[in-house]
Amino acid sequence: MPEWLKLMVESLPPLLYAGLVFTVPLTLLSFACGLSLGFVTALVRLYGPKPLADGFRFYVWLIRGTPLLVQLFLIFYGLPKAGIVFDPLPAAVIGFSLNVGAYTSEVIRAALLAVPRGQWEAAYSIGLTWAQAMRRTILPQASRVAVPPLANTFISLIKDTSLAAVLTVPEIFQAAQRIASVTYEPLILYTETALIYLAFSSVLSAGQQKLEARFGQHLHQAQETK
Amino acid sequence: MIQLHNIDKHFGSQHVLKDVSLQVAPGQVTALIGPSGSGKSTLLRCINLLETPSAGQITLGDASLQFGHDHAQPGRQDIHRLRLQTGMVFQNFQLFPHRTALENVMEGLLVVKKWPRAQAEARARELLQQVGMAHKADAWPGTLSGGQQQRVAIARALAQSPGLLLCDEPTSALDPELASEVVAVLRDLAANKMTMLIATHDLRLAATLADTVVFLEDGRIVEQGSSRQLFLQPQNPRTASYVSTLKEGLPEDW
Repeated sequence: MPEWLKLMVESLPPLLYAGLVFTVPLTLLSFACGLSLGFVTALVRLYGPKPLADGFRFYVWLIRGTPLLVQLFLIFYGLPKAGIVFDPLPAAVIGFSLNVGAYTSEVIRAALLAVPRGQWEAAYSIGLTWAQAMRRTILPQASRVAVPPLANTFISLIKDTSLAAVLTVPEIFQAAQRIASVTYEPLILYTETALIYLAFSSVLSAGQQKLEARFGQHLHQAQETK
Repeated sequence: MIQLHNIDKHFGSQHVLKDVSLQVAPGQVTALIGPSGSGKSTLLRCINLLETPSAGQITLGDASLQFGHDHAQPGRQDIHRLRLQTGMVFQNFQLFPHRTALENVMEGLLVVKKWPRAQAEARARELLQQVGMAHKADAWPGTLSGGQQQRVAIARALAQSPGLLLCDEPTSALDPELASEVVAVLRDLAANKMTMLIATHDLRLAATLADTVVFLEDGRIVEQGSSRQLFLQPQNPRTASYVSTLKEGLPEDW
C-alpha cells in the first residue's frame, strides 16, 4: 500500500467519526430549525400584519447582507462581551439556523406564491378553512416547487458547517486540520476531507430526487401518458 | 329561496356592482349574461363570499347575511355556513392537481363534513358516475381533457349537496365539442331540478339551459325575464343589441 493511501485509510475513522457525531447532527438540527424559521418568516411576510412582516423583512435583509463567518464570530466571540455566552455547538446551531431561515424563507415565499390564486378559491369554495386550504391544497403544490432550491440550501449548509471549526466545534474540517498539523500532509488530508463532503452531499442529492418524485407524482404520471 | 338585496361592490374606486337585487327560484336555472367586465363573475363570487359585498344582503335558504357600514363584518362561521349552501364551478376548473379525480370529489366530504373514508368514496364514485367520469376516477387531473376536468369539477361542487350551484363561465375555456359534454351534464342537473346560477357570455348556453336570463351591464341589471322573452322580445335597446349576436348566426351571403 502506498504511503498516501495508508494515511488516508488511517485518518478515515477519526474524520468519519467527526462527521457522524458533529457535522451531520449539526447540519440536520440547523436545517430543521432554519426551515421552521424560514416557514414562519415566509408566512408572516405573506399573510402577517405589516409591522411584524417588516420585522421579518429586516431579519432577512440583515442575515443575507452579512457574511456567515462574521455572524458566527459575532455570536460566539462577540456576544459574551454583552454577557450572552454560548457553548460552541449551540452557537453554531444558532448561527446556521438564522442563516438557513433567511434564505429558505425566500424560497418558501416564492413557492407559496407560485400556487395559483384559483387553488385557494377552489379550496374555500368547498368549505375549507384557511389552515385546511394551506395544509391540504397549497403546501403540497408549493413543496414540489420548493424542493430543488431547498436542497440547494441544504447542500450549501453541509459544506458551510466546516466554518464551525473556527468556533472550536470538532467537526470534520477541524479533525482534518488536527491530523494535517501533525502529519504535515495537508494535500492528502484536505483531499480526503473534500471527498467526504462530496459523499455526504451526494447522498442528499439522491434524497432530493426521492422527495421530488413524491411531491410530483401527478406530474410524472401526466408526462408519461402524453 | 335565494335572494340578493341591493348588493353593492367596490374595488377601490371602481364601482363594479350597483344596487343589484335578484331572486333565484328553487329548481330553476338562471343565466347571468353581459359583456366582459359587466360584473357577472363578481356577482357570483359575492354569493359564496369569495368577494365580500360592500353593501347589501344575501339570503340562501335559512342563512342570511348583511353587509355594509352599519353591519359588523360577517364572522368566519357565518361565511362558512353560507358557503356550504353553494357549490362553485370555475372557468378554469381549478381541480387540485395533486389529487386524483376521485380524491378531488372526496376532499370536502372528508375535511369539511368529516365523513368516514368509505362513505365519502362511495358518494364521490356516485357523483363521478353522474357526470360520466366514473371510468377516470383514479386519473390525475393533468391527464384529463378540459371537458373531463370540468365534469369532475362539477361533481366536486355537488359533493356536499349544496342548494345552489354557481357556474362561472363553465364552458368558456373549452372548444365547442368539449363544451357540449359539459352542457349535457348541466342540462341533466337542470332536469333534476338543481338550482343553478350560471354566468356566461355563451348566449346559446343561456338560451338552451336557462329558465330566466338576467342581462347585466356596467354593474347594473338592465333587464331580466324568461329566456324566451329576453332573447326574442328584449325591452331594452341595449339588451336587444347584445342578444342580436345570437340570432345573426351564419354569414348573410351563405
